Amino acid sequence: MKTTQILIAGFGGQGILFAGKFLAYKGLLEDLQVSWLPSYGPEMRGGTANCNVILSDDPVGSPIITDPDVLIVMNLPSLQKYVDSVVPGGQIYVDSTLISEKVARTDVEVYYIPATQMANDAGVPTLANMVMMGHVLKNNPELTFDGTEATVAKLVPPSKAQLVELNMKALQAGRDYQ
Amino acid sequence: MAERVLMKGNEAIAEAAIRAGCRHYFGYPITPQTEIAAYMAKKMPKIGGVFLQAESEIASINMVYGAAAAGMRVMTSSSSPGISLKSEGLSYIAGSDVPAFVVNVQRGGPGLGGIQPSQSDYFQATKGGGHGDYRMIVLAPASVQEMASLTVKGFNLADKYLMTAMILADGTIGQMMEPITFEDVEVESYDKPWALTGTKLRRKHNIVNSLYLKPDELERKNFERYERYRTVEENEVMYEEYMMEDAEVCVVAFGIASRVAKNAVAQARSEGVRVGLIRPITLWPFPSKVLRQAAEKVKSFVCVELNMGQMIEDVRLAIECTRPVSLCNRTGGMIPSPDQVLASIREAQKGGN
Amino acid sequence: MAIVFQKPKSLSDAVLHYCPGCPHGIIHRLVAEAIDNLGIEGEAIGVAPVGCAVMAYDYFNCDMIEAAHGRAPATATGIKRCRPDNIVFTYQGDGDLASIGMAETVHAAARNENITVIFVNNAIYGMTGGQMAPTSLPGQVTQTSPYGRDVNHCGWPIKVCEMLATLEGPEYVARVAVNNVKNVKAAGKAIRKAFQNQIDRKGFSLIEVVSACPTNWGMTPQKALEWVESDMLPYYPLGVYKDRSAEKEADAK
Repeated sequence: MKTTQILIAGFGGQGILFAGKFLAYKGLLEDLQVSWLPSYGPEMRGGTANCNVILSDDPVGSPIITDPDVLIVMNLPSLQKYVDSVVPGGQIYVDSTLISEKVARTDVEVYYIPATQMANDAGVPTLANMVMMGHVLKNNPELTFDGTEATVAKLVPPSKAQLVELNMKALQAGRDYQ
Repeated sequence: MAERVLMKGNEAIAEAAIRAGCRHYFGYPITPQTEIAAYMAKKMPKIGGVFLQAESEIASINMVYGAAAAGMRVMTSSSSPGISLKSEGLSYIAGSDVPAFVVNVQRGGPGLGGIQPSQSDYFQATKGGGHGDYRMIVLAPASVQEMASLTVKGFNLADKYLMTAMILADGTIGQMMEPITFEDVEVESYDKPWALTGTKLRRKHNIVNSLYLKPDELERKNFERYERYRTVEENEVMYEEYMMEDAEVCVVAFGIASRVAKNAVAQARSEGVRVGLIRPITLWPFPSKVLRQAAEKVKSFVCVELNMGQMIEDVRLAIECTRPVSLCNRTGGMIPSPDQVLASIREAQKGGN
Repeated sequence: MAIVFQKPKSLSDAVLHYCPGCPHGIIHRLVAEAIDNLGIEGEAIGVAPVGCAVMAYDYFNCDMIEAAHGRAPATATGIKRCRPDNIVFTYQGDGDLASIGMAETVHAAARNENITVIFVNNAIYGMTGGQMAPTSLPGQVTQTSPYGRDVNHCGWPIKVCEMLATLEGPEYVARVAVNNVKNVKAAGKAIRKAFQNQIDRKGFSLIEVVSACPTNWGMTPQKALEWVESDMLPYYPLGVYKDRSAEKEADAK
């Protein structure tokens, strides 16, 4: 029995909820139990956004995450807010283009990915979130990279099919980042 | 087996309502339930149904009243402040004995309150809300799957007992996504000889009405209605028991609070604490009997609620205050952590007799 | 012997509860005659208000529903959207339609909801015993304006037809009166047109019927009808305020 609690946080407009949806769908297609819980607020853009995703072999209990196994942050306030909540032995993914601060904790694995820069370089400037996701997949063997395209296809409306390719480009860049 | 799809709780309600045969939706925007309206606005025109955004919650519930009187499966949805506005209409619907389906995706109150999840409309939903003697069937889903299944159930119960069935959810369950499957929906259908269809000059006119100026007539109506309510209480109670077999402490929680409580119960069990959970699925009719039975075995009860302690009154009533009942709560949009619930469970285990 | 005059079929045998001299009976009759003449009794569904006409559900032979105060147009909307082939009408007073139910009235009109609204304006709350209505005239003495309606204190009367006519939505908005035979005949014609419009799926028709309330005005029935002519009609002029189909035809010519 394994349960992975994933917290993704950043500014509104960075695709935080979309990234969470991607992980949830990925889990769904791998026959895991999943839950996806967004923060919601009065603002449509800007402000802070976060998203709780739980992937589990068993039915998900509370969908609310207090101690994440995996933290993915795309702005400094989110890192500062959540860094101490990650369980010992957990993972933290930092968009190092936007966050220059380093994680002081030594009991967690930390990955620094210049995701925003990489997304810009790859010509997909709005998809830094998916660069991050690519790197998350790489380090979490239970979520293989196989079937990623099918997952993205679930998320993108048929009228915007060209977005599948762009998302894949970002995901691959994240996966291949050393 | 049907395909597992990921859906928001609010969308699951909308899709399930359509599958239950609802073709008329009247609503007014309010966070955090707007996805229901958006879903209906998109789907209804394509399946020959009606989605209409009313000028207010007041208008929308009265449109529901008209449509229900016309004999159709009809619904509205809102969140706490909006339900207050609809309460007048809910009273008329009760007084006229027509079936309606209403969703309250609760947010913090009172007043404009906040928009984060809450369970502070428990009293409003289970004790009336509007004026006069009446009840609503109140269903409390704890998962996206239940948002769908209890919606179908709600439409069926409303038609069966000629009353309002309300889904009492909260912002968390409304906004979260979980995989669900839509198994074949069992739509029960009931004759509605009282419906406004036009007489076609073939029958006496039907009157849908809640006005009875003669006190004895109004009293008789109320007595009759409560007879019907009694059969609901006898036949329609729903609850879930979790690890109650040898429990010394009984946690009582519904909706999102029960999800958190379940985590805490599992954690406590792993520490050797004999604790279980009773989760009311119908808040009215309330599962009083099972709680009374539990009171014969457990030392104490813990109510976990997202309010200042509302269901706890019904728990105390159900067990006739034979055991201590403590409250573990957060309000205003806050949600208790499993640790907070765990602490309450440990405390409850020490107390009692 | 040939029958030359009888009660419309659409009116039931129930004894009306209205006060002596109250024109509600006339207006009920005009509505029932329109229903009879158009042969729609079997299709009609009426919505009764809260106010003096609250028990109208007993007086019409068609299917009826009793709405909450002011909400008749919303309730009618719910019915009509479920049963577009039925003929749905509301029968409302001035407090119901123009005060507590103003939002429902305006929005049903704005949607051009295909219903017929009969609006009885007698410038007072009747059922509750004669309080100031949204249509009470400046200076009019009522139980809650005992020194006469002071417009500086409680505002001006609302002219419903004039207001609704500013909307794009409604099909037909007209004001009639029932204070003399000529006006009663014209009122009957307008009401019939309001139902015909619905049959023709043209949309929202509202007929404001300027009426009287001898009891709460503290007048004899005859004096009350004279007061309609002398005081109310100058403030609430009769006429057609909006007739979209007629306007379209005129434009076409």
